[in-house]
Amino acid sequence: MPELNTSSLPDLIFTVLFFFMMVTSMREVEVKVQVKTPNGTTEIEKLERKSLVSHIYIGPPSKSYRAALGAAPRIQLNENFAEPEAIREFVIAERESMFEKDKPLMKMSLKIDKGVQMGIVTDVKQELRKAKALNIVYSAGIDKSQMK
Amino acid sequence: MGKGKRKVPGLNQSSTADISFILLIFFLVTTSMDVDSGLARRLPEWDPNAIEQEMTIKERNIMTVQVNKNNEIHVKNGVINRVIDISELKDIAKEFIANPDNNPSLPVIEEYNIEDYGVVYTTIKHVISLQTDRTTNYEIYFQVQHELSKAYTELRDAWARQNFGKELSKCDEKTEQPVARAVYASKISEAEPKQYGTAQ
Repeated sequence: MPELNTSSLPDLIFTVLFFFMMVTSMREVEVKVQVKTPNGTTEIEKLERKSLVSHIYIGPPSKSYRAALGAAPRIQLNENFAEPEAIREFVIAERESMFEKDKPLMKMSLKIDKGVQMGIVTDVKQELRKAKALNIVYSAGIDKSQMK
Repeated sequence: MGKGKRKVPGLNQSSTADISFILLIFFLVTTSMDVDSGLARRLPEWDPNAIEQEMTIKERNIMTVQVNKNNEIHVKNGVINRVIDISELKDIAKEFIANPDNNPSLPVIEEYNIEDYGVVYTTIKHVISLQTDRTTNYEIYFQVQHELSKAYTELRDAWARQNFGKELSKCDEKTEQPVARAVYASKISEAEPKQYGTAQ
């Protein structure tokens, strides 16, 4: 029986590997604020579809920005620091980038540092309500040791 | 045979590709791509006119959970009015939401018609008003939200066990879970109701 020429198979698999690498969205923005989210137990849900989720970071600026900005908590949208008023534009832009059928399913993941005070959080929530982005998720880890 | 040079047979390499394929899949599955998780909530709709609107809620139907600037949790409803520890909140909330003993100081239990299911008796008019100060710590607020959410989940779970004979997560997602959710619908209000009715 003639042997199959398998020399091109690894190339093929490489192609598949690259395909997966490109499809999985690894768009990880540089986080310029320090965020340590709180931990929950049973009520924490995983966010299944990443394409539906937009992130808003709130926390004190990280060390390299501390000198210029101070330690007061800041909001980060995409790559930049922002004021609460900029959230509406951000939501509109995020919504535009989604498929029509996904738009009502948009979720805002609020990655908020444990130590932040509620004032800034309330401001952000009000702006989200004005922008009609009503599905929010308080980003949190799952504390497995506390689970029964 | 014996002495002559033997030819080394070529290794059959056709399976190496499969092996690496399995490796690839293994890594794909096991790599946790930093899955985001969190506590899902829905914000109320923004309606500038609603600010003027006065909410009238019977006093027995409302429970206020106040987290002040010292991060103390103060709970007030028909039976309790004091600063509590976070660990007590879930049970207090459960008692308030379900009103199992039909206590006249806790929310009214009313007939409520659920579409495609029928009539249930529940405290459909109860409201939990969550108030925070601008300087309240976010983590405390999050824990309060988490405990309240837990209270609802446990009540729904108990209800599902009683009426469907299984826990909520095992119930049908399309037909049974929405019913249990409707019976104990989450009524957490973060807007401050302006006026409470005085009727007891």
